[in-house]
Amino acid sequence: MTDLPPPPVKGCREAPVLREFGQREVFCGLTGIIWLHRKMQDAFFLVVGSRTCAHLLQSAAGVMIFAEPRFGTALLEEKDLAGLADANAELDREVDRLLARRPDIRQLFLVGSCPSEVIKLDLERAAERLNTRHAPKVRVASYTGAGTDTTFTQGEDTCLAALVPELDKTDARELVLVGALPDVVEDQALALLNAMGIGPVRSLPARRLEDMPAIGPNTVFALTQPFLGETHGQLIRRGARHIAAPFPFGEEGTTRWLRAIADEFGVPDDLFEKVTAAPRARARKAVAAHAEDLRGKSIFFLPDSQLEPALARFLTRECGMTAVEVGTPFLHRGIMGPDLDLLAEGPVLSEGQDVDRQLDRVRAARPDLTVCGLGLANPLEAEGLTTKWAIELVFSPVHFYEQAGDLASLFARPLNRKRLLKLEAAE
Amino acid sequence: MKLTLWTYEGPPHVGAMRVATGMKGLHYVLHAPQGDTYADLLFTMIERRNARPPVTYTTFQARDLGSDTATLFKDACTAAAERFKPQAMIVGASCTAELIQDDPGGLAASMGLSIPVIPLELPSYQRKENFGADETFFQLVKGLAKPCERTAEVSCNILGPTALGFRHRDDVIEITRLLTEMGVKVNVVAPMGATPVDITRMGAAHFNVLLYPETGESAARHLERVLKQPYTRTVPIGVGATRDFIAEVARLAGVPAQVDESRLNLPWWSASVDSTYLTGKRVFIFGDATHAMAAARIAREEVGFEVVGIGCYNREFARPMRALAREMGLEALITDDYLEVEEAISNLAPELILGTQMERHIGKRLGIPCAVISAPVHVQDFPARFSPQMGFEGANVIFDAWVHPLVMGLEEHLLHMFREDFEFHDAAGASHHGGAAVARPEMGTPAQAGAAEAGSMPAETAPAGAAQGGSPDSVAPAATRADPGAVVWLSDAENELKKIPFFVRGKARRNTEKFAAEKGLTQISIETLYEAKAHYAR
Repeated sequence: MTDLPPPPVKGCREAPVLREFGQREVFCGLTGIIWLHRKMQDAFFLVVGSRTCAHLLQSAAGVMIFAEPRFGTALLEEKDLAGLADANAELDREVDRLLARRPDIRQLFLVGSCPSEVIKLDLERAAERLNTRHAPKVRVASYTGAGTDTTFTQGEDTCLAALVPELDKTDARELVLVGALPDVVEDQALALLNAMGIGPVRSLPARRLEDMPAIGPNTVFALTQPFLGETHGQLIRRGARHIAAPFPFGEEGTTRWLRAIADEFGVPDDLFEKVTAAPRARARKAVAAHAEDLRGKSIFFLPDSQLEPALARFLTRECGMTAVEVGTPFLHRGIMGPDLDLLAEGPVLSEGQDVDRQLDRVRAARPDLTVCGLGLANPLEAEGLTTKWAIELVFSPVHFYEQAGDLASLFARPLNRKRLLKLEAAE
Repeated sequence: MKLTLWTYEGPPHVGAMRVATGMKGLHYVLHAPQGDTYADLLFTMIERRNARPPVTYTTFQARDLGSDTATLFKDACTAAAERFKPQAMIVGASCTAELIQDDPGGLAASMGLSIPVIPLELPSYQRKENFGADETFFQLVKGLAKPCERTAEVSCNILGPTALGFRHRDDVIEITRLLTEMGVKVNVVAPMGATPVDITRMGAAHFNVLLYPETGESAARHLERVLKQPYTRTVPIGVGATRDFIAEVARLAGVPAQVDESRLNLPWWSASVDSTYLTGKRVFIFGDATHAMAAARIAREEVGFEVVGIGCYNREFARPMRALAREMGLEALITDDYLEVEEAISNLAPELILGTQMERHIGKRLGIPCAVISAPVHVQDFPARFSPQMGFEGANVIFDAWVHPLVMGLEEHLLHMFREDFEFHDAAGASHHGGAAVARPEMGTPAQAGAAEAGSMPAETAPAGAAQGGSPDSVAPAATRADPGAVVWLSDAENELKKIPFFVRGKARRNTEKFAAEKGLTQISIETLYEAKAHYAR
């Protein structure tokens, strides 16, 4: 088993960032609903928007939409655009009908879209009004998932940030893990922290309304996802303190993330070692199996989810890849700092996008692997480039030790496949 | 406001994208907020295209709102014209840009680009995807097609095929072959495969073949009016419709209606004795109007089904659809609300559904076999193999596609009977039908159980389980059998039972025990076994 390289002398925290403005080939924040509704089991997400919004959710949710999920779109029609007062009455009626049909719903999110923002439909006030009307059975909140305001995973941020001011107040010293993780991953994190004697630990979002954490001056929180800038700000505003750490991807990321929390709670070194030794070894072994396929290969990230800097750190340090460009839709240096410290100087860091110019850079660099969205993946493959579609990294369990090997395999698989397929004639 | 989950059609600008993406040398500059690029993946993933759709989005964000968005739009036009060097451009707004009231057409016109720029007015809050495609194609034809000399040989244009069209790729190949066999040359196929320059020479054709009224009718009418090109009214889906189409083309082209039918298999397949069990099968049909109406004719006249319900989601074609339904003694279901479709299916309890991917999933829930006949469709309905719906090969494809799920349905039925053997665990749902995972009430038949359990979707499905694609809490233990102590099988009856084919043995055993219990018998003899058989025979 090879040891990790020492942290770079000079990381990317202070590196210059290429900021681009132009066409952005990204999802809007509405897509966050697709994984958020799975996590929050008693919530319904009602988008107030156009047929485009409904069509987007349908396209992004793929086959999941047929499982009667807990989200939908209140379609704005011609008559709603004519006069605003009417739109509020219409919304109230649709919400009443929805809640009557779905008595299991405890939290309702009114999700703003580009059309609802542009016509300045005040969903915040609508949420207040509906909250009064349906309390205490259902809690109604609002946030924006509009493309004009949010990019892809930012939709989770605006959702959680909208929850924070409503959370109960507490003076207890509790740890809150922030970010919607797949249940299996969340359970692993809780088990590790529990084994170190850290607790109580709460999650934001919780699986059900009654389990939502309380916040106060003694609360400390750790982020499990890098795209939570606004939620981070709201938590600090309520007096909670952030435990800065790299994000828990790979063996190193998970260990450093746990270490930061363990230090906060004064966990002795030998206990930390005892709890983490076995899963660390497992993670290293699992990653090593795929790292052989990835070592020395170059990778180019197009902006998508804000996971890019942390994933670049994992792939360069634990799998031996070289990063050409690390694009992210939004770079929060405070939150991503610890990952940027570990990412050796060299790659272009870019924020925002001008997709045609960025594709020119991809073609010039001809990276071994390009991480991009589904609108670009097949066209780039047709140009002979190998791609890894980014959205899978948000839907699949990839955090913490037991998933470290799976995470590496997501990147190794397209390269292996390219090697396996031999479609030309033998002679 | 209207609560929606599934949408049969996207917004109209997606229809415009279908035209632009189908064509070559045309570029679409779409004034739209960040995020609307999601529509690209419909083309690159579902249709598996190997190039990005020729669409430039302005992707404005909140900070651009105000006076900036107009500049942003002009910059996007300039950049697209320089980078892609198209022969022509179309410009328009998505639903959000429609609200901010920049005028894409006016802005683009003021720029003095050297290529034709065609502005699109697509009312996003009233109309939908098919309208967007039809209108865009119409505007292109209106803007670009000019009168020109007719070709020396008799020729036609093919109108309507677009990107993301259900089997459009192969329909065009099949119909081109038919026309070629009749001695009719194809002048231009549009929008799919055509360039703006091709559109300018559409006037050279003698007539037009309108394959898809949903996406090509406005253009066909315009060409009829302005360029005096008649167009075909019959959509050649099915054997009868194809023959009618051939007769219509022969009349318009002045050629004999002669076509090689040797590759047509549907009539014999349908006549062969193996197909007898298809007679009178009750079928429900839903989709776009063109495909649904064509399917009704095939179902009734070529396969021998009974059509028990029919409808479409595109209101533009409500009139002909209603007329056809009336003729069949039915009332057409015109709706874009899948819950209404589900309710109709659930009430009618058909034996086969012909529909879109939505109906495929409704069928799964209700345990009813389904074949896909119309968009919207998923990636599996953009197959690698040649599979037209139109012409003679299309008829062959349709026969296979519709009969397959029914054969599967029989298999399903046998499997259910199998499961009544206690050693087969009822919860083991190894089937392509989701309904298989649904528990069966104790004595009901499988079909009833599926329908009763699945019910109406939203309120009754546990969300967590549903989202995982099953409903674990609805899986009950296998049906309890009669107390074995109550009725005793005599050994000769037991031996006789073993002579019954294994796949119906379980049912025979249970029926006999039920019969014995009802008669108050404590022992089962051979006599009882055959009395029970006679009792349950229908």
